[in-house]
Amino acid sequence: MAAPVIDTLAGERVGKKPPAPRTGGRFSVHFAHYKWLYLLLLPGVVYFAVFRYAPMYGVSIAFKDYVPFLGVNGSPWVGFRNFEDFFANPDFPRLLGNTLILAFLNLGVAFPLTIILALLLNEVRLSILKRTVQTLVYIPHFLSWTIVASLSFLLFALDIGPLFQFLNNVMGTNIDFLSDPAWFRPLIVLQEIWKNTGWGTIIFLAALSTVDQDQYEAAIIDGAGRFRRVWHITLPAIRSTIIVMLILAIGQMLNTGFEQIYLMTNALNREVADVFDTYVYFVGITQGAYSYSTAVGLFKSLVGIVLIFGTNWLAKRFNQSGLF
Amino acid sequence: MKIHNTRGGRIFDAVNYAFLSLIGIITLLPFVYVFAGSFATEAEITRRAFFVWPEQFTLGSYEYIFATPAFVRALVTTILVTAVGTLVQLAFTVTMAYPLAKKTLRGRNVILSLVVFAMVFSGGMIPTFLLVKDLGLLNSYWALILPAAINPFSLIIIKNFFQELPAELEESAKMDGATEIGILWRILLPLSKPVLATFALFYAVGIWNDFMSPLLYLSDNSKWTLQMYLRQVTAASDLLGTGNVDPNYIPPEQGIKFAVIVVATLPILIFYPFLQKHFAKGMLIGSVKG
Repeated sequence: MAAPVIDTLAGERVGKKPPAPRTGGRFSVHFAHYKWLYLLLLPGVVYFAVFRYAPMYGVSIAFKDYVPFLGVNGSPWVGFRNFEDFFANPDFPRLLGNTLILAFLNLGVAFPLTIILALLLNEVRLSILKRTVQTLVYIPHFLSWTIVASLSFLLFALDIGPLFQFLNNVMGTNIDFLSDPAWFRPLIVLQEIWKNTGWGTIIFLAALSTVDQDQYEAAIIDGAGRFRRVWHITLPAIRSTIIVMLILAIGQMLNTGFEQIYLMTNALNREVADVFDTYVYFVGITQGAYSYSTAVGLFKSLVGIVLIFGTNWLAKRFNQSGLF
Repeated sequence: MKIHNTRGGRIFDAVNYAFLSLIGIITLLPFVYVFAGSFATEAEITRRAFFVWPEQFTLGSYEYIFATPAFVRALVTTILVTAVGTLVQLAFTVTMAYPLAKKTLRGRNVILSLVVFAMVFSGGMIPTFLLVKDLGLLNSYWALILPAAINPFSLIIIKNFFQELPAELEESAKMDGATEIGILWRILLPLSKPVLATFALFYAVGIWNDFMSPLLYLSDNSKWTLQMYLRQVTAASDLLGTGNVDPNYIPPEQGIKFAVIVVATLPILIFYPFLQKHFAKGMLIGSVKG
């Protein structure tokens, strides 16, 4: 660790400094010397206390029967009743199923596509083409889900949407993409691919750029073709990046982007569209079941933590580098 | 490299280049269609399934939306909230990052640990909503700004940036009698302009694109932001069963929807060259340093 050493050196070098107790000494003296810095620190500390830590404390209402009038502290404890209610609720298996199916679709389709796109981009030696394609596929990442949803509404609209008309003309289909529950999941995955696949390649492209070029030349001399080089050199070289990204993706699995799902949910597809995140909103905010919905949210977070540690443990067990 | 010039290699390159170009074009097509459609007449939008250039050019859709008070109000509101919000969030982040860059400050490590902890764990939607409600911020624009005032990740990167600036700069200023606040304002901030501009963009895009906060905190539809307005305009009438949309609302003509989408997208596209450059860098820093 070079940085602290440099700091100490700097402190000793400047002999003319006012006799400030840098380490050790009474706190009041230290505080007086650094009063301006503590003053600058104050708004940030207040922010974290109020907007980050107070809500964490507020999670305690998951174990209470929250009454707005009584507040978080005054509301009576009920133990695990909210969790028991949730597990006994017929909504629970449906939500779990919907969430997991969407999560696995994203993980099984969008995640590999990101790697494939990165590999294809990496094979491009025409740098103007590479840069142009990158510039184009990164754009959707910066757009809001509202815009993505709006574009979907327009493109897939019954009778008038271009994609509806195209499929109608070519294949004679008559699909109501936006209301038919069977099309909800494909649409969500398609949106996810359009919005984030391009952007997701950045990390893999960075990893790919560090692959030792000598290995390729050796492989070429040994007569390895394009695909064998990718399979035997490129993929093993970015394996640790893939594993880290996979662990992160699995940890986020149950976070099926609230905004995206909410925007695509309607009265006709609720059965397949409801996931934990939107359920918390509908039950908590629109119906006012604060304690119950907080319990649902807490359950989801706990499962997420278990998933991330579990995958990390598995990755290490199989002799791969884990995340931590 | 001539070693790649085998026949199979050339065929692969050709297919790959064609495929990637196609991907790029497909990504862009929805915009091109919506952009073209926003300048087309309603009759043309109905008649032609898909087009990238209007036969008859008209500004009718834009004239209509800019004559609609609800739209203009949402647009002005969003611009103001984004501008004020970005400044406030940047101010909160910078004032906290500067003291934390001082390694000798007592309590620094505790605070940094708490910041990192808050990166991983959060109270979730309902406790945050109840807090905002208890603070009396429902239907206030501050509810869109304050709960996200400091992004822990940005805070740590700015802190690291301050830490890497040469200490001599500050020491000479201190000998001239400047206080820490003076040093931050007159020496560090001018030096950090590019970094601050990057994070200002980061915050601005976050506020501009935010849909969840206005959905949660602004029930009064006269206060809606552009994203909320866009949702109302573009959702088909059979999609309105999920609340927070006026049931008596009649969806407008297609061209109007196109124009609203273009207006909501335009600022992002204008800043896109900067976004692409800086965000890609930021993402890599995040992945390397955690």
